[in-house]
Formats: sequence, structure tokens, C-alpha cells
Amino acid sequence: MSVPLTLLGLLEREPSHGYDLKRDYDTLFGRGKPLPFGQVYATLGRLARDGKVVVGEAEPGDGPDRKRYVITDAGATEFETWLGEPVAAEPHLQTVLFTKVVLALMLGRDAERYLDTQRAAHLARMRELTEVKRTGSLVDALLADHGLFHLESDLRWIDLTAARLDALRTEVTTR
Amino acid sequence: MTDTKGTGPVLEAEGVHLSFGSTPALRGADLTVERGEILAVMGPSGSGKSTLLHCLAGILVPDAGEIRFDGRRIDGLGESERSALRRDRFGFVFQFGQLVPELTAEENVALPLLLGGMRRAAAVQRARSWFGRLGLDGLEQRRSGELSGGQAQRVALARGLVAEPEILFTDEPTGALDSLTGEQVMALLVSAAREQGTTVLLVTHDARVAAYADREVVVRDGRVNSYSSPRVGS
Ligand SMILES: Nc1ncnc2c1ncn2[C@@H]1O[C@H](COP(=O)(O)OP(=O)(O)OP(=O)(O)O)[C@@H](O)[C@H]1O
Ligand SMILES: [Mg+2]
Repeated sequence: MSVPLTLLGLLEREPSHGYDLKRDYDTLFGRGKPLPFGQVYATLGRLARDGKVVVGEAEPGDGPDRKRYVITDAGATEFETWLGEPVAAEPHLQTVLFTKVVLALMLGRDAERYLDTQRAAHLARMRELTEVKRTGSLVDALLADHGLFHLESDLRWIDLTAARLDALRTEVTTR
Repeated sequence: MTDTKGTGPVLEAEGVHLSFGSTPALRGADLTVERGEILAVMGPSGSGKSTLLHCLAGILVPDAGEIRFDGRRIDGLGESERSALRRDRFGFVFQFGQLVPELTAEENVALPLLLGGMRRAAAVQRARSWFGRLGLDGLEQRRSGELSGGQAQRVALARGLVAEPEILFTDEPTGALDSLTGEQVMALLVSAAREQGTTVLLVTHDARVAAYADREVVVRDGRVNSYSSPRVGS
């Protein structure tokens, strides 16, 4: 998750205080890992230095957070460009799984057992996410679904690989 | 709640073998189902999932091995006793709702109650109470040909649960539905089963459907692989 661009996106909605940005970020994107205040202000500082946001006048009153941040044209353009780009299609976990399976086969380890364990771990995580979906808000469900579809595609790969283990073993060990 | 309910596992298969002619479908299947749990039965096509479900539900009789319901062997019972068991204690939901096309939706739901000897007015009234709960208000008088796949499947779900069975047997209950409709059916199935304390055996090859269960087992080559993870939460 790109914090600067996400904050720009939240500012594209409306000028906001650092505190509001942190709160919205945590709610929508934090996934249980709140953004430290220090990081919020450091990021906003860099965005201001680079001309992506401007800092409004301090508003009267006490408290640390009386400044409102406003996105600039340059900031809005950068955000739009980023938003329109597809994310790198990176089959990340699958690469690790793949490496482990090939190594297990090569070294004569129990690759099926490994796949079974991985399968159980994936399903356990899918159960947790399904529970979030059943009991949480619609935004929670949206996030949970994203995770569920990714885990599901890994699982399909695991099943297909498990079904072809004998052939794979032959290929990997005779090269 | 019936007074025959014990405290051990509600359903067990032990060393179950079954062949269709020379094709072995089950080759020593073992399974223990705890009371009130929702258990997903997964595995590749042709591995024996449906055959196992049919043995557990007393639809098929194994060639060897034991099936126990509430601690009592049911594999030795005659067809009429097994049929009474299926009618009085079990509920069923299959992939294509399999509603009776000549009956209205509410008559379809009332069917298990009527077969169990309940009077028609009472049965239909109880059947009706399910329509609101499953988002089917206003569809009571439709015939199955006049329902969408998702609606028909919810009617089938109501029919499977209306008699408050101890065990609900389901085989790919969302197999014919798109993912959003399938998820809605699963969410309804799980909450209704939990409310009634119904044990659910859920045969599915779909991991996102299996994720609604408390745990999963995998059937491979006619045997049950239960490396599975322990129950999470619940
Ligand atoms: N009525 C039948 N007559 C002959 N063979 C059968 C019959 N029913 C099942 N089989 C065979 O028994 C084996 C197990 O079938 P089963 O239907 O239990 O598989 P499954 O795991 O439910 O598969 P799927 O995911 O495709 O539904 C298969 O080899 C199948 O061809
Ligand atoms: Mg089947």
C-alpha cells in the first residue's frame, strides 16, 4: 500500500486535517495496523515540499492539529496517473510455494504432505476472512473478499500441483 | 432436541468400502462428525465425496465397514428403516434444488412435514415462516419453473431445514449459482443451521464455500484425508 498516494487520494476528496486523514486511512486501509501520527505528518511534509499539497492557514484554537492540507494540481495529476495504472500482476505467494514444492520434490521430501499442510493453512485463513465477512461491515467484506479470491487461486494451484506430483517428481529429478 | 441425542459424535464412518461393479468408490473411508459442527467434505472429482455422503445418510449401504448415527449402527438397517431415518432425522439439499415442479414453492417447503405426518394447514403455515427469513417473501405460490436458480436453491434450503433435522446433508448446494448468489445461500445456510443446532455435512469442491464450514476433510481415492486444521473459532 502506497501511503503518500493514498493520502493524496483522501485529500482529492476534500481538504483535511492530519488527524482526519489518519482516522480514515486506519479505517479503510489500515487492516489492523494503524498509521503512526509521525508517519502521517512526515509524509504530508514531503508532499508539501514536492508541491503535491499545500498547508492551509493554522486555524484558531489549541491542540496540535489545526492545519488543513489541500491537494495541488500536481498532486491531483500524480494521483490520477497512479489510479489509472494496473497493479503489477505479481503471483507473490505462489512463487514461494512453487520454490518449496520443486525443492521438496528434488530433495525427495514429502511434497504432498507439504501441499496438504499449506492447503489447511490457506483454508484456515479463508475461514477467518469468511467470518469477518459474515459479521463485519460492507467495507470489511470487500477487503475480506479480496483476500479470499487470492487465497482461492493459490488453492487451485495447490490442488492442480498435488494432482500432478508424480509427473512433476519425474521431471524435476531426471533433469 | 430429542431425548435420543447422545453426547458423542453424531455421525461416524469406519472402514467404509463401496464399489459400483468393478469401480471402487470408497476404499476404507473413516470420518467422525461432531454434533453441531459444519463440516466441509472436499476433494477432486470422482474421489468419492458424493458416495460417502450417500453412505452416511443411509441412501447407499456400504459393502464393508460401519456407519453410526448417534452411536447406533445404521448400515445394517433395512430400506424402510433407513428411509424413515432420512425422513425424520435428516434434511437434504442438492446442487439443483430438485423441487417438485407440480407443487408451489410453499408446498415444496412443507413437503418433509407432510411426509412426516403433519396436518396440511400446520405444515404450510410453518413452511411460510421460512420465506421471510430467506428473503423469499411473495414467492410462496410460484412453481419451480417460475423461480430464478438462487430463489429455487433458497426454497430447497428451506425444505431441507423446515423439519429441524439433526443433520443436513448438502452436495454442492451452490454449484449451479453465481458467486454472489452462492455466498448468500451459504450465509443463510450457516446461520439457519447454527440457530437450530443442525449438524451440516457440506460436500463441495469450492474452497470459498468450504470456508463457511468449521473445518474440512479431503477425500482422495476413496479415503478421507484428515490432516486438516483444527477448528478455528466458532
Ligand atoms: N451410480 C454409479 N454407478 C457407477 N459408478 C459410480 C456411480 N456413482 C459413482 N460412481 C463412481 O464412483 C467414483 C466416486 O464417485 P463420486 O460420485 O462419489 O465422486 P465425487 O467425489 O462426488 O465426484 P464429483 O466431484 O465429480 O461429484 C467415481 O469413479 C464414479 O465414477
Ligand atoms: Mg459428487
